[in-house]
Formats: sequence, structure tokens, C-alpha cells
Amino acid sequence: MAVLVVADHDNASLKDNTHKTVTAALALSNDVDILVAGSGAKGVADAAAKIAGVRKVLLAESDSLGQGLAEAVEALIVPLMANYDAVLTPATSQGKNFSPRIAAKLDVAQISEIVEVIDASTFVRPIYAGNALETVKSSDGKKVITVRATAFKAAGEGGSAAVDSIDAGPGAGKTTFVSQQLVKSARPELTAAKIVVSGGRAMGSAEEFQRVIDPLADKLGAAVGASRAAVDAGYAPNDYQVGQTGKVVAPELYVAIGISGAIQHLAGMKDSKIIVAINKDGDAPIFQVADYGLVADYKSAVPELMDALTAAGV
Amino acid sequence: MKVLVPVKRVIDYNVKARVKADQSGIDLANVKMSMNPFCEIAVEEAVRQKEKGAATEVVAVSIGPAQAQETLRTALAMGADRAILIQTDADPEPLAVAKLLQAVIAQENPDVVIMGKQAIDGDNNATGQMLSALLGWPQATFANAIELSAGNASVCRDVDGGIQNVDVALPAIITADLRLNEPRYASLPNIMKAKKKPLDITEAASLGVDLAPRLSVVKVTEPPKRGGGIKVETAADLVNKLKTEAGVL
Ligand SMILES: Cc1cc2nc3c(=O)[nH]c(=O)nc-3n(C[C@H](O)[C@H](O)[C@H](O)COP(=O)(O)OP(=O)(O)OC[C@H]3O[C@@H](n4cnc5c(N)ncnc54)[C@H](O)[C@@H]3O)c2cc1C
Ligand SMILES: Cc1cc2nc3c(=O)[nH]c(=O)nc-3n(C[C@H](O)[C@H](O)[C@H](O)COP(=O)(O)OP(=O)(O)OC[C@H]3O[C@@H](n4cnc5c(N)ncnc54)[C@H](O)[C@@H]3O)c2cc1C
Repeated sequence: MAVLVVADHDNASLKDNTHKTVTAALALSNDVDILVAGSGAKGVADAAAKIAGVRKVLLAESDSLGQGLAEAVEALIVPLMANYDAVLTPATSQGKNFSPRIAAKLDVAQISEIVEVIDASTFVRPIYAGNALETVKSSDGKKVITVRATAFKAAGEGGSAAVDSIDAGPGAGKTTFVSQQLVKSARPELTAAKIVVSGGRAMGSAEEFQRVIDPLADKLGAAVGASRAAVDAGYAPNDYQVGQTGKVVAPELYVAIGISGAIQHLAGMKDSKIIVAINKDGDAPIFQVADYGLVADYKSAVPELMDALTAAGV
Repeated sequence: MKVLVPVKRVIDYNVKARVKADQSGIDLANVKMSMNPFCEIAVEEAVRQKEKGAATEVVAVSIGPAQAQETLRTALAMGADRAILIQTDADPEPLAVAKLLQAVIAQENPDVVIMGKQAIDGDNNATGQMLSALLGWPQATFANAIELSAGNASVCRDVDGGIQNVDVALPAIITADLRLNEPRYASLPNIMKAKKKPLDITEAASLGVDLAPRLSVVKVTEPPKRGGGIKVETAADLVNKLKTEAGVL
């Protein structure tokens, strides 16, 4: 059995989601190749070649692949599947965009956001916002799988796979890339960060969100997250959203400030190792999942926390 | 311009799903069901496009049991013109749903399909992309803004790290993200009017689509529960606990 892993990257650097997806792939087979589809992505392919346990790296480059257009990525991968029994993609918004297309073209089910590999055709995946875990067995010949990367440990370095350049495929057809605006941040990436500090509706404004959440995150070397209410109200950009329909995070430490703990939010963070909640309402549902709860107004609690961290040498 | 909006009947988003004792699935007996929130957003968008004059007809379609008629009536009350139920008591997987929608599209010939990005039960986030691939129509997923013009849709998409703008040639598939709009509540007069709007029922079996599931459910279990935590009195206590007890600082 041979498995293809589709790398997560931004053309400049390889994302840790790839290493985690390789771990899931190695649970299926020892023959794991990585596909880097992008443009100007040779450096990404070289980084992928260093992941331990990888057999070889395929590099396909074109403008539409660099722009991540789903039709182009699918058209590249479908013919490659003649050589593979399974394709695993990290369940990022990019992976979710193209992976179901591959399944449809191969006439197989997609097995979405797996969190565990039981055997080569049996997988565990969360459903109903993580309120249930479903074990499914696939009867399809080829498996198309997206992987919830936070559920797997990152594969280590130390590999020295060859990088083969391959044809980029036919492109995107009837979809045209116009532009994109990506937020540049010096902070760690939300889904890969060891610590996440998230703010909710309680912040009341974008200025207040930045005044309260950002300095605490920077002090902890943390990524910044937000509830949907905070995103909807424009206090934080949309890609900060943690939850069922945002990003799923599982850091060592998750700090929720002024977030009530709706099930849709919990779906995105309840697998964090330690959860801290600061909320002025002692009955807020977030306290049911918090390891440490502080019932307080964030306006006084966050400055006190900053001082206590400084005093503790953080 | 004709817009087709697939809508799914799911557990109401305020209801906590409970796993059945025999681990065969989720207990949906006597549970409140509603239109999937992302489908509501899709209906709202289609109706707004019609109100703006960009669309001329909005057709809602649902695949599901007889009770999915209620979901379709909700879509009609929000402003859809007519509705189609593809009736089945099976719970088809996204691939089968996409194939059924493909059959409906062959009959209806819409210019654009606007649908939810994800259903909150299966959480697959797959059907729209599969439909696009089967039809060979372009896709624009996770839309937060849609501009329809003759032969084209300009769509702003939510992507990792920001936003992306794409143009798709019509006919196309667009899936709705949360920020696209805030769905309206249907008014009582519109709910009354919706009762008189046409709702056609077709048996799924008559469409010649293979509905056999590709995935069999081995079991459905509850996720491990988090142990109850403690309340701390002060920020200094908190830092102390995080440092010494939890070891995460
Ligand atoms: C289909 C669907 C998908 C969704 N997906 C997501 C998702 O992915 N992620 C997500 O987060 N939500 C999601 N939601 C929304 C979710 O249901 C909640 O509405 C949202 O999480 C609430 O955000 P919040 O906790 O910031 O706001 P609120 O629920 O309003 O909570 C604010 C909290 O702040 C506290 N507070 C107020 N002032 C202070 C103060 N001065 N100091 C301390 N505490 C204070 C309050 O006590 C309250 O608990 C989704 C909803 C639907 C329908
Ligand atoms: C306990 C349980 C477990 C299940 N496990 C699985 C599983 O592992 N894999 C699996 O594939 N299915 C499973 N199903 C079936 C699942 O509930 C869905 O019906 C099916 O998978 C469709 O996926 P989705 O709703 O997540 O689709 P998504 O791709 O998330 O839906 C996106 C959009 O597609 C459209 N759409 C989807 N379904 C319909 C419909 N019936 N009618 C009209 N429009 C629709 C809507 O616009 C929706 O917003 C399970 C069901 C139950 C009760």
C-alpha cells in the first residue's frame, strides 16, 4: 500500500500540519510520499524531504497551484492516484477546498477530519461539533482522507528523500484568481502554537481586543484566537476564529478571556492540555471545561495576570 | 438568473447531540430539528440576490425524509419561490447527496448553486466541492461576499490567514461561510404564504443514483470527558498553578 500526503505550505515554508499528517500516513503504510503543489516552492519540497520516514517528494509547480485553486490541485492529484491507495491532506481550509473533489472524481467517500487510524480502512472522526466520535470503516478501494492535524504528533526530522519534479497538470479552467490579502503576523500560527490566548465578545471593540489580548499573547509567546462573536463583530480577523466552523486548536495552554463557552467554540479547543478561563460570570459554561477558572472582570484580571507573569519571570 | 439552494434538515444547533446507549449513532428521537445554519445563510443570500435584481428565481431542494418538507417550507417563507424534496429515509453520504443534486440540476438547469459550506451534523464540509467536481462547474467555497453578473460570479472567500478573491464562470457552485450574511426570520404573513408555494416531491430511488453507503459506522461514542477543574482566587494564584502544578509556563 502506498500513501500520498499533500503538504501544507504557503510556497515559502512548510507547515507543521504536514509533519502531523505524515504520522497519520505512517500508521497506514511505510510507503509514504509527499506532494508539494505550489509555485516557487522548491524550498518547501527540500524541507519535506527531511521529514523522517518519507520515501520521496513530488514537486509540481504552476501559477494556479501556487494560488491554491482547488480545481488545479484536484486535476494534478487524480491521475497520480493510479500509483497510490490513499491520499491524506491536512484539514485546513485549503485542504477542505480540494480534497472532496478528488473523492468525487475517484467515486469514493471522503473520510473527513480523522483523529485516529484504527487500521488501513477504519478511522475515528468527530461529528456533531465534536459531541460524538464516530468510528467508520471504508469499503472503497482508494481512500481520500482529511486529517485533523492537532490529533497527531509531528513526524520528526532526519529523512533524506529525493525530490522529483513532476508535471503541474492542466490548471484551474473556469476559476480565475483575482487577489488575496493574507495577514502577516510575527506570532506563532494558531493551529501550531503551544499557547493560545483567545478573546470573546466581552472585548467590545477591535481596539480593546488589541489592547487586552495582544500584549498578553506576546508576553506568553502565544498565538491569538477569538470566538465567532468577536470575529462577527469585527474585533478580530476571521482567521482567528476557533471552533466548529473555524480552526481547531489543541495547544499546551489555552486561555479564554470573556468567552462564554458555546458548544461550537468548545469544539475547537476542548482538546487543549490545560484550559484557563477568565470570565466575570461564574456560571459561564466555559468553566465546565476549564482546568483553572478565574471569576473576574478581565479589565482588572488581565493587567494583574500580566504583573503576576512578570513577577514569576515569564 | 436561476439559483438552486440545497438545504439540509439537521439537529437544531442549540441542542446538544447525545450518543445512543448502544453506540449505533446519535439519538434524534424527539429532538428539535431545524435548517442547517449554513443552508439558512445560503437561502438568505439567494433571496437577497433576487431582491437586488441579480437573480430571478430561487429554488430550494432538500434530500431527506418526509419531515424535510418543514425545512423547505422555512426556505419558502424566507423567500424561495418553489421547493423540491428528494425523498429518502436513508441518510445519504455527501457523495450520494452530490449525485442526487447533479440529477436535480440536470432537470432544473440553474445558473448558480448556493449552498452551505458544512452541515453541523456530519461536519463533512464536502458536498459542494464534490458536486462541482462531478459537474465540471467551477467552485468558490467559504464565500463571505458574492457579486453575480452575466456569466460570472465574483466571490470573496475566507481562507487560512486571510481572504482570497476569485472569479468563477457561471454556472458555478458557491458555498456559504458564516460571515456572508445574517439570515432573516420569516414573518408570519410569509410563513402563511409559503404554505401555498409549490413543493414537489420526487422519490430518490427514481433518480437512478446509487445511494449505497461507502462508509459503515462501526460505533459512535462520546468523546472523553474533561475532568472538572478548579477556581482560583487571584491572577497570582493562577500563574503559580500554571507554573508548578500544570507545568505549562
Ligand atoms: C453554525 C454555527 C457555527 C458556529 N461556529 C462557531 C465557532 O466556530 N466558534 C465560535 O467561537 N463560535 C461559533 N458559533 C457561535 C457560538 O454559538 C457563540 O455564539 C459564540 O461562541 C459566542 O462567543 P462569545 O463567547 O465571545 O460571546 P458570548 O457568548 O456573548 O460570551 C461573552 C462572555 O464574556 C463574559 N464577559 C462579559 N464581560 C466581561 C468582562 N468584563 N470580564 C470578563 N468576562 C466578561 C460574559 O460573562 C460571557 O460569558 C457558531 C454558531 C453557529 C450557529
Ligand atoms: C450518527 C451519524 C453518523 C454519520 N456518519 C457519516 C459519515 O461518517 N460519513 C458520511 O459521509 N455521512 C455520515 N452520516 C450522514 C451525514 O449525517 C450526512 O447526511 C451526510 O454525510 C452529508 O454530509 P454533511 O451533511 O456533513 O455534508 P456537508 O458537505 O457538510 O454539507 C454541506 C452542504 O451540502 C448540502 N447538503 C448536504 N446534505 C444535504 C441534503 N440531505 N439535502 C440537501 N442539501 C444537502 C447543504 O447545502 C449543506 O450545507 C452520518 C449520519 C449520522 C446520523
